[in-house]
Amino acid sequence: MDQIGLYPVLIVSAVLFVTGAAGVLTRRNALIVLMSIELMLNAVNLAFVAFSRQLGGAVEGQVFAVFVMAVAAAEAAVGLALVILIFRHRATVDLKDLNILRG
Amino acid sequence: MLSWLAFLVVAAVLLTGAIKAVTSADLVHTVLWLAFVLVGTAVAYVVLQADFLAAVQVLLYTGGVITLMLFAVMLTRRRGEAGVPSPSRGPWRGLSAGLAVLLLVATAVIRTVPLAGWGSAKPVGGRSAELGARFLGELALPFEVLSLLLLAAMIGAIVLARREGGRRPAPLRRQAALPIPEPAPAPDEAAHGRSK
Repeated sequence: MDQIGLYPVLIVSAVLFVTGAAGVLTRRNALIVLMSIELMLNAVNLAFVAFSRQLGGAVEGQVFAVFVMAVAAAEAAVGLALVILIFRHRATVDLKDLNILRG
Repeated sequence: MLSWLAFLVVAAVLLTGAIKAVTSADLVHTVLWLAFVLVGTAVAYVVLQADFLAAVQVLLYTGGVITLMLFAVMLTRRRGEAGVPSPSRGPWRGLSAGLAVLLLVATAVIRTVPLAGWGSAKPVGGRSAELGARFLGELALPFEVLSLLLLAAMIGAIVLARREGGRRPAPLRRQAALPIPEPAPAPDEAAHGRSK
């Protein structure tokens, strides 16, 4: 059974990451920005798993992926709570309106 | 051959889903495309022989994160809006920034010096047992710290999202702006008023 090499997975991972980054940069809804961050973390996990398999099936890459997943879950929970709090105070989640801290 | 076919299908699903998620105008569609991508990633983990991660991915993301996201989308929807339109800044900015980041990442990948033991990708099975042994053995302390982080995040999210000042449901901002505020609406009344 032939194996998929490292580079195809890395290409997919890089394009996923870049798509997420473009979403963070261009979208104005705070929720979509959070989702794009999830997309980027997901792409990084894919790269971790690919490297882990490439290095003779070392399990460390999967360990890192588990850690990234847990941190992503924590980030999603706190981030969504913040978004809902902001919506309750300001009645908007548009990042263009949330510029109090801009100098 | 079979694994290549599976990988190509997964790659196509992932890339379409990601691009649709980022460019979709409707917020609910974005969440659903994101779910698509996350499940596709789980399949990619199976193709890459990371069975445990695939299971965790499905449980955690589609079970937890996507549900949370849907709740947040519904809770931040304004009254009277049918879909949830979401404006975006110009596409050219995103496209150029994305291409720049892609160039950066590609350069880093191409210039990477192969490590020792490189290129020995071979079928190794799911490695779930080894992963578990690692987490309960030498990585026990980071694992416990991770659970502490999750606990802290959970408590933090509850504290943040809880309404201030007790159990009376706080009025929505527009209701508060009305000249005659209703005195403490019952919870089902408030829910009814929100859905109008």
